[in-house]
Amino acid sequence: MSATATRSATDRSTDPATEPAATGTAAARPSPLSAAVRSHAVRKLAVLVVIAAVLVPLAHATWASGSWPHALTVDVSGPLGNASDWIIDNRDSHWIFLYFFGHISNAVIICVRAVYVVLLTLGWAGVTAASTLVAWRVAGVRVAVTTVVSFAVCGLLGMWVPTMQTLALMAVAVTASVVVGGLLGLAGGLSERAFRALRPVLDTMQVLPAFAYLLPVVLIFGIGVPGAVLATVIYAAPPMARLTALGLRGADAGVLEAVTSLGATWRQRLLSARLPLARKELLLGVNQAIMMALSMAVIASVIGGGGLGDRVYQALSSVDVGKALAAGLPIVLLAVVMDRTTASAGERLGEPPAEDGPRLLRGRLAWAGVAVLTAVVTVAGRLTGSQTWPTGWTVAIEEPVNQFKDWMVDHLYTGVPVVGGTADWASDYVRWILDPLREGLQGLPWYAVLLIVATLAWLIGTWATALTATAAMAAIGVLGVWEPSMDTLSQVLAAVFVTLVLGFAIGIAAARSTRLERLLRPVLDVCQTMPQFVYLIPVVALFGVGRAPAAAAAIVYALPAVIRITTQGLRSVDPAALESARSLGATQGQQLRQVQLPLARPALLLAVNQGVVLVLAVVIIGGLVGSGALGYDVVFGLAQGDLATGLVAGAAIVCLGLMLDRVTQPTARRDRKGA
Amino acid sequence: MARTRTQLLMAAAGVTAVFTATGCGAADMTKQTSPYANVGGAKSVTLSVQSWIGAQSNVAVAQYLLEHELGYRVDTVQVDEVPAWDALSQDRVDAILEDWGHPDQEQRYVKDKKTIVPGGGLGVTGHIGWWVPKYFADAHPDVLDWKNLNKYAKTFKTAESGGKGQLLDGSPSYVTNDKALVKNLKLNYQIVFAGSEAAQITQIKQFAKAKKPFLTYWYEPQWLFNQVPMVEVKLPTYTDACAAEGTENPDSIDCAYPTTPLQKYLNADFAQHGGEAAEFLKRFHWTKQDQNEVSEMIASQGMSAQDAAEKWVKKHPDVWKKWLPRAR
Repeated sequence: MSATATRSATDRSTDPATEPAATGTAAARPSPLSAAVRSHAVRKLAVLVVIAAVLVPLAHATWASGSWPHALTVDVSGPLGNASDWIIDNRDSHWIFLYFFGHISNAVIICVRAVYVVLLTLGWAGVTAASTLVAWRVAGVRVAVTTVVSFAVCGLLGMWVPTMQTLALMAVAVTASVVVGGLLGLAGGLSERAFRALRPVLDTMQVLPAFAYLLPVVLIFGIGVPGAVLATVIYAAPPMARLTALGLRGADAGVLEAVTSLGATWRQRLLSARLPLARKELLLGVNQAIMMALSMAVIASVIGGGGLGDRVYQALSSVDVGKALAAGLPIVLLAVVMDRTTASAGERLGEPPAEDGPRLLRGRLAWAGVAVLTAVVTVAGRLTGSQTWPTGWTVAIEEPVNQFKDWMVDHLYTGVPVVGGTADWASDYVRWILDPLREGLQGLPWYAVLLIVATLAWLIGTWATALTATAAMAAIGVLGVWEPSMDTLSQVLAAVFVTLVLGFAIGIAAARSTRLERLLRPVLDVCQTMPQFVYLIPVVALFGVGRAPAAAAAIVYALPAVIRITTQGLRSVDPAALESARSLGATQGQQLRQVQLPLARPALLLAVNQGVVLVLAVVIIGGLVGSGALGYDVVFGLAQGDLATGLVAGAAIVCLGLMLDRVTQPTARRDRKGA
Repeated sequence: MARTRTQLLMAAAGVTAVFTATGCGAADMTKQTSPYANVGGAKSVTLSVQSWIGAQSNVAVAQYLLEHELGYRVDTVQVDEVPAWDALSQDRVDAILEDWGHPDQEQRYVKDKKTIVPGGGLGVTGHIGWWVPKYFADAHPDVLDWKNLNKYAKTFKTAESGGKGQLLDGSPSYVTNDKALVKNLKLNYQIVFAGSEAAQITQIKQFAKAKKPFLTYWYEPQWLFNQVPMVEVKLPTYTDACAAEGTENPDSIDCAYPTTPLQKYLNADFAQHGGEAAEFLKRFHWTKQDQNEVSEMIASQGMSAQDAAEKWVKKHPDVWKKWLPRAR
């Protein structure tokens, strides 16, 4: 996963604004470039001041109150409530359900069921053998060992059946994402116009927190697997589409020229040259789709997706950290296995076939060999009796994990000498950071907020980004959820602040010490793949109910991305620039402040952007532990089937996400949501 | 990647199967059984679990008996109450074992659409109210009347309640009139929604450990009372008139919560063709004590739901033998 973060971070360094600075002497302070940038900024600011001077008195005179004027809101709860009732009343009779949604829904159910039946028929022995052999064939011995261990752990934890359910759901969701994303990417890769039309759509899809669009999906498809699969596809298709388009567009012009000169038709050219040339990107796209889909597996459990996610969700309801971990670990392991397999398959493309492994797994007969060996193991497994994991072969980790958690809560909750307990931190954080911030934001006149957003977005991007950001913010007001949105915004800002402080500090340290980086890597891997829900349980025990635990969970989740991008950005700073600074006698601190940090600016900005997007996604889920505001409204909407509340809050979250993304978005685009 | 390729083939086969099976005919949204049900010829039942622990106990015991006495495979899915009704009507789950009263849903699915049928009473009576811890009520007995609550608003203040007293509320899926009550009774309180029962229980336990005063929305039957004794605050008396007015306009409610005999509901198809499982679930009927016994094993003694159910089942054969469809 880190590979992509790296990629996008380094892509960013081709940003035209910083390119000259990177090659020039960055240590020299007032370069002509920065002066130009500054004068550019001054011009933008001047324009905004003029606009403000005209509009603000006008707005103030018309609607004197500081909060969003009632006259500018649209109440959508009536129509939305009616729509919801209409759907439920007509779901069994209207043609659109009988002949369209119903078939989609049935198809999803039948596909998931088909895969599930196959997995159960193979039994635990067959599934483990098949995945190990496939991993061996496409990715080598090491990945094969990881695979066999991972599946064994899933079984040992007593999670075999839920793991198979998740696997079945994932198989269908990933396939659908790859097909949908691939088709979109094909269109984008072949047609410039389609590419341009597609880009903002994909950008937006990637910024949306998944939690926000569960409700509309549920309303149409109902609770359960079909809704879960569709929500996953919405979430996981964009990276596939993006990478497919990227691969097709990046195809070597010389090769294409050669193929054309051989008289190939358009279709032959596509199938024999462009697609094969884009193989690596396509495979990376599949890899990304898998990772995104897995991270969605747990969120989908809120709408009854079943499997491992559901076990995590059930554990959340009984504050059972041990149980949640037992269900969360298999998700992490599945992610690791699939990531490693697809990633090394990508690296091996084009290389001569490896000479390791049993002969059956080499050369042409490999796939037949895989099939035969799997069949043999399956039959052998059948003879042992049990199709699912043998019940005796499990290890209960719940008890020790929970004892450890209790010990932590007992000793850390309050009254720790000098540093204070977690409960004290939580109330200090709420009292000194969150409350003032929330009051400040809610107290600011609405037009001031719009102006601030416009200024920030314009300074960092183009007028178009500024317009999008401001419009998104205004839409929140129009929907009538200004106050809760400001509440959520204050939570996001406060958590992002802490994340960045910690992330930059750790990132800088890791960039300096390879050993620290190596130590951190597995921790960061686990933090990133562990479903966000797993964090929610222990944080309540440590920080009580409210906004503080949500912030804590968000920080844990967003920190790895920030650390990784920071480290990578600092590492990739041009060694020549550093060398020249060193030769001028700069101290370590001076090197960092005057050379590395300025040169890594694009990476740092990307880190900010990723931090914001990831924090927002978790702060919202924090609605489940009392963070209130928009997240609570979405949960409420889902729980009570209240479309009006849920959808409006969901839309506001989307707007907030868009605004935050645009305000923190450096000019170049990034590849994907999570880093 | 090989796996994707096989998956693709399988998916394609699946899609073809759908279209050959259904032709171009209509797809019935009320008959969409969970893909995990009845796989490999195993008889299976899908039960919905709600987030509170009482509901988990019902399901755990039902699951244990269905698996060990009747030979079913049981799948459980955690769904909130209202979506659970929806899922029940679509045949994605087979039964809800503990419903706290949803007149709208009953009207829609039981009376109008007839996709859900009542499964009889659970035997447990539920009651929602406002509660304070016993240690606080003993020291300040007058807090037990709602008229004196404003006097204690300062005492119940927390970081989250913004200067007012904190009324701790639970999961957004629970039946609650608290917003209307606080407004109509002119109470100087801020409702803080814990967002899930787990969060609420954790918070209550933390309060109790520090012997801090708190006011919370809570309900019976609940195992937590055994650990944190609480006393109910008297709200204006519940009357049918007030309830009727409340159904008309939920914002006008100004009286206490009713006492509800909890109900079971089954998917109509399942009730008819579900065989022994359906028969068993209809007969499932136990008491508040029974439920609490299981709940407490799960929630405070850290037992897994299945272990707790097994222990209870071993101890009370006289109770559950009656639920089995045929004499054993």
